[in-house]
Amino acid sequence: MSRDKILAALRQNQPESVPLPSSMPLVRVEILELQAKFKTVAEGIGSTVHLVDEFAAIQPLILARFAEEKRILSTIGELTALPAFELNSDPHTYANVDVAIFKSGLGVAENSALWLTEDQMGIRVLPFITQHIVILIPLSALVPDMHAAYQKIGEAEYDFGTFIAGPSKTADIEQSLVLGAHGPRSMTIFIYA
Amino acid sequence: MNSETKTHPELSDLFNKDEQRVDWHDQTLWWIRQKRDKSAHSIPEWEILREKASEIKNNALSNLADYLVSFEQKALANGIIVHWAADAQEHNEIVHGILQKHGIRKMVKSKSMLTEECHLNEYLEKQGLEVIDSDLGERIVQLAKEPPSHIVLPCIHKKKEEIGDLFHEHLGVPAGTSDPQILTEAARQHLRETFLTRKAALTGVNFAIAETGEFVVCTNEGNADMGAHLADVHIACMGIEKIIPKRKHLGVFLRLLARSATGQPITTYSSHFKKPRAGQEMHLVLVDNGRTIQMGREDFRASLKCIRCGACMNTCPVYRRSGGHSYNYTISGPIGAILAPNLDREKYADLPFASTLCGSCSNVCPVKIDIHQQLYKWRQVIVQEGYATSSKKMSMKIMNYTLSSPSVYRTAGKAGRWVLKYIPFAVNNHFNPWYKQRDMPDAPKESFGEWYKKNVK
Repeated sequence: MSRDKILAALRQNQPESVPLPSSMPLVRVEILELQAKFKTVAEGIGSTVHLVDEFAAIQPLILARFAEEKRILSTIGELTALPAFELNSDPHTYANVDVAIFKSGLGVAENSALWLTEDQMGIRVLPFITQHIVILIPLSALVPDMHAAYQKIGEAEYDFGTFIAGPSKTADIEQSLVLGAHGPRSMTIFIYA
Repeated sequence: MNSETKTHPELSDLFNKDEQRVDWHDQTLWWIRQKRDKSAHSIPEWEILREKASEIKNNALSNLADYLVSFEQKALANGIIVHWAADAQEHNEIVHGILQKHGIRKMVKSKSMLTEECHLNEYLEKQGLEVIDSDLGERIVQLAKEPPSHIVLPCIHKKKEEIGDLFHEHLGVPAGTSDPQILTEAARQHLRETFLTRKAALTGVNFAIAETGEFVVCTNEGNADMGAHLADVHIACMGIEKIIPKRKHLGVFLRLLARSATGQPITTYSSHFKKPRAGQEMHLVLVDNGRTIQMGREDFRASLKCIRCGACMNTCPVYRRSGGHSYNYTISGPIGAILAPNLDREKYADLPFASTLCGSCSNVCPVKIDIHQQLYKWRQVIVQEGYATSSKKMSMKIMNYTLSSPSVYRTAGKAGRWVLKYIPFAVNNHFNPWYKQRDMPDAPKESFGEWYKKNVK
């Protein structure tokens, strides 16, 4: 059996065990500095960032920004004026979604990545298949770097989770950056206090 | 393209026929290298990160058997079906078997260098199955019936006009289209249709976590996720060396990977697959294909630490001027040149010589593989085992004779300077491979040794 053969060959050939290194130190950064860093990096990779003082300010901005779009789905209960996500177990039924809105509980300032798990997505395909993606995140959920991000994720149980940093993109044709490869053509982020 | 029997110098000659294209290729890759530098220099702890990544990989390799067992156990508990393949053939049969079981004849695939290494597409096509590559660059080279020329930038060798011609022929865009925006949009529409109609999706794996049984796939385009989340069957294929011990180690590797590859702070998507979605079947294929042998070669084992960022290619003065296809192996550039001889020393005997040993590759490697030193060591193994070409063997013998005797060395130096000065046409001709694409230098009046004798009392 290949499994046993591979494991036996490894046990024969792998070097003597060497220890793991110590973890990278966690840095502390002041929250407004994190917000500024996050915004600069996010805009640098093609996202739009809105800083709002209160949650209530978000809904009118989304409605205004996407007034032209036909199918909008919100996975956030508090956004009562937006059509709520309803689960259909066939992911293909979301192929015509124009705008999908999510709430993240973890954002990384160094690369503007936002962490979403399956229960925050409604259905796995949604953040990818939608033409435009909107993610809300409380200011207090920003961390400086990926080490802090994984410390926060810790041993959390999830079936599927992803870091999303910006709209989908490609530069495969002569290194010309094009936004909207297969997934969202735009990403809008709201950071609220 | 029939390049089966051609060597790196022969294939480089083909690439070098178009000098303007070589310059363009060289400059494009150097630009990416500069983006990598800018990105790396923005992280003060960059060198510490590289050291940590290297140490984590050393630990992972030295405990790989146990980590694989732990990973398998966790993945099984998560509901993932785990397969083991000793070689490319077994890997291809496993994938084919899964598709057969479900009666699936068409599959969409995201980037996986492992399946390129195993020639999965050719295998499945021979069985009458259709595979569509969904990474834009990979789709382009697939339409052109070429292998990728770079592991991160598969069609870096192609001009937009050539891509326009391909899309005109295959996707029906108007003739003469060369705007990247329009071409990408055409591919988006074509591939969206593909994603929506395929029952099976195959993806690669960037990292697999021994502690949790989850695996992580990184893309910018979102193609791996589009395929996997729409399909009934998700097959993920990985080399056994992709294991890292703990989830928190992703913090180190995700900080390094995209910055090293393209200068981005992170890829757009870093997706963590832990369990299949409700109603979906998820398979994971663990592939050896020579890796356990490489593990046993002390001098070359560190090549298994590679995270496939491509930084060594972008910086390599030889790769930039010879193109990825000149290596004639799935993984080109410096890292490919130390991986390939492990699989076939005779066929790839020329690759470790496709280097100036300048060491730039080792300096940018995010996991600190001593790439140029391994290239140097492979050369010795290849010559000792008799796989070097006869001209190379002869020149090495002459070099050895000359350098071992001070008097022969002095005479040879004098003769060389005399030839360059009085009969330059004796070396400035096409019989001298060094003269190709180069001018011979002017001869100095005297050697350093002669100057030293005169001036130092």
